[in-house]
Amino acid sequence: MDWLTTFPQMDDTRLRDLKKVIDEAFRGFTRSYGDAFESMFEPLRIFMVHAERFLVNTPWIVIFALIVGIAWAGSRSRKVVLATVVTMLLIGYFGMWEDTMKTIAMIFVSTFISIVIGIPIGIAMARWNRLQSVINPILDVMQTMPSFVYLIPVVMLLGIGKVPGLIAVVIYAMPPVIRLTNLGIRLVDREMLEAADAFGSSNWQKLKNVQLPLALPTIMAGINQTIMMALAMVVIASMIGVQGLGQPVLRAISNQYFTLGVFNGFAIVGIAIIFDRVSQAFGKRLQKHNEVIHG
Amino acid sequence: MAEPIGIEIRNLYKIFGPNAAALMAAVRDGMTKTELNDKHHHVLGLNNINISMPAGRIQVIMGLSGSGKSTLIRHINRLIDPTAGEVLVGGENVVTMSPDALREFRRHKTAMVFQKFALLPNRTVLENVCYGLEIQNVPRARRVEAAMRWIERVGLKGFESKYPNQLSGGMQQRVGLARALTNDAPILLMDEAFSALDPLIRVDMQTVLLDLQKEIRKTIVFITHDLDEALRLGDAIAILRDGEIIQQGTSQDIVLRPADPYIESFVREVNRGRVIRADAAMTALPEGAAPAIGVDGTTTLEEAGRLMVENAATSLAVRDPASGRPVGMLSMEAILRAVTSRGE
Repeated sequence: MDWLTTFPQMDDTRLRDLKKVIDEAFRGFTRSYGDAFESMFEPLRIFMVHAERFLVNTPWIVIFALIVGIAWAGSRSRKVVLATVVTMLLIGYFGMWEDTMKTIAMIFVSTFISIVIGIPIGIAMARWNRLQSVINPILDVMQTMPSFVYLIPVVMLLGIGKVPGLIAVVIYAMPPVIRLTNLGIRLVDREMLEAADAFGSSNWQKLKNVQLPLALPTIMAGINQTIMMALAMVVIASMIGVQGLGQPVLRAISNQYFTLGVFNGFAIVGIAIIFDRVSQAFGKRLQKHNEVIHG
Repeated sequence: MAEPIGIEIRNLYKIFGPNAAALMAAVRDGMTKTELNDKHHHVLGLNNINISMPAGRIQVIMGLSGSGKSTLIRHINRLIDPTAGEVLVGGENVVTMSPDALREFRRHKTAMVFQKFALLPNRTVLENVCYGLEIQNVPRARRVEAAMRWIERVGLKGFESKYPNQLSGGMQQRVGLARALTNDAPILLMDEAFSALDPLIRVDMQTVLLDLQKEIRKTIVFITHDLDEALRLGDAIAILRDGEIIQQGTSQDIVLRPADPYIESFVREVNRGRVIRADAAMTALPEGAAPAIGVDGTTTLEEAGRLMVENAATSLAVRDPASGRPVGMLSMEAILRAVTSRGE
């Protein structure tokens, strides 16, 4: 009656062997295909390097003006622009300008990749129910699996550096844009689609003229979430070699530098709030004509 | 302008449900809607519909909600596929068209107006009206020219750069109408187009449509649940109930000879004076002199009555509208009898 009190588990040697077999297999896979993967992701590395170089090497005043300009173009709100100016000035004054630029470069690249891959997947999911039922659980795994777990194979394959960090960030940050693209397209009014069909739209015309424009506010909400989640990954990504605001935080943890941690933490919060407010205000402006004024 | 073409619907059936095709035979053999629903959980949407819609006229299809009228109109441009039957438009069978042919057919032969307008909220009035031509890749200058003409014609000049949510319901439906007309298709499908509008605006839009039709002469299929609207607009009217046509005819036929008690109960609420024509209520010409004042046979009793009051006459001569010769006499009493009768 032993099995009643202790769980009847797999016997230890067999379990050890099983893990060993899988590990060996993956290690073998890494050895033979690691280089191939690395060269496959080379364009990504170049993209990332260029984005970083641009933000770091351009005189700060130009980048500062650019960021404030984007904040104004996106939000058209004086309050948001003022908050941006103050935040960026404080970040610079407290000596975190360069790290912040590196983090922004990382957020920019990972958001860009998430959008480029995520929106087509979301569109496809909205179109085929079967695809949706396959992809939804994958998205659940991507969002809930602790990032450290998928960092292991990524690091084994690609080593330490910018690209594996970027991949980890994209895996974590992409699900919202996929989910909300899918949702946005599915929520488009049936009569709208009928109208598009009745006038003889092709599938592509229907997507381009009706589904995407009407889903855009929802898709923007997804992009906003993606940016936020990418920022949440800054520290974890820095563990495998992504430079930016995460690394001082990491150093602060291991050496118990309280102030260093707090400063960099607030810099992350600061740019998170800027990104959030600007992209939300932009999303709201896109929706301007969708609101019902007359009955 | 495109030549008007007629629409011929033959033996059309629509069963909603996963095994529609398999149940077709049972329905042909007379299984009723209730039986089909109880035994097989399929819904009989349309049951053996046969209509011949005249070219260049307004065909109204009237029915209450659930009668299948919106399903029926969607078969004409095949937004819904039938379970069996034919839809012939200008001799071509829409049901068997390939996807490409169907898309071309929808682009050039039909245009549709929707109950809830279905305008794109992110586009201006002009861009909405252009939509049909835009997807046909008509050059921009030409589509704007065509769109502006119809925007002006439906009375929206000056609003072309507004967005739909800046317009009232009536104005939005004018945009819907202009969008459909800009396509210059010979067939106009109007699915409860005016049902979402306030009563006064609805009558206003009916007038707009009737005025336009004098000039455009399209084959218009108009769906409504409102008998007054049906009688006002329809050159021909078909009444639908539970997916079946229970009466087809002109407004005179429907009002004077309702096919069953169901239709009779509708007709009772109608203002008969505005529907019944002088030639339907007239009596034989008396021997000798005909009344001095005459009206065309197509005049409604209401108008005839007004003419009598204005001229202090007690009877009118009714003329044949084509030849102008008197064919009968209409007395005050005949008008009253026709207007107050509750069916024979």
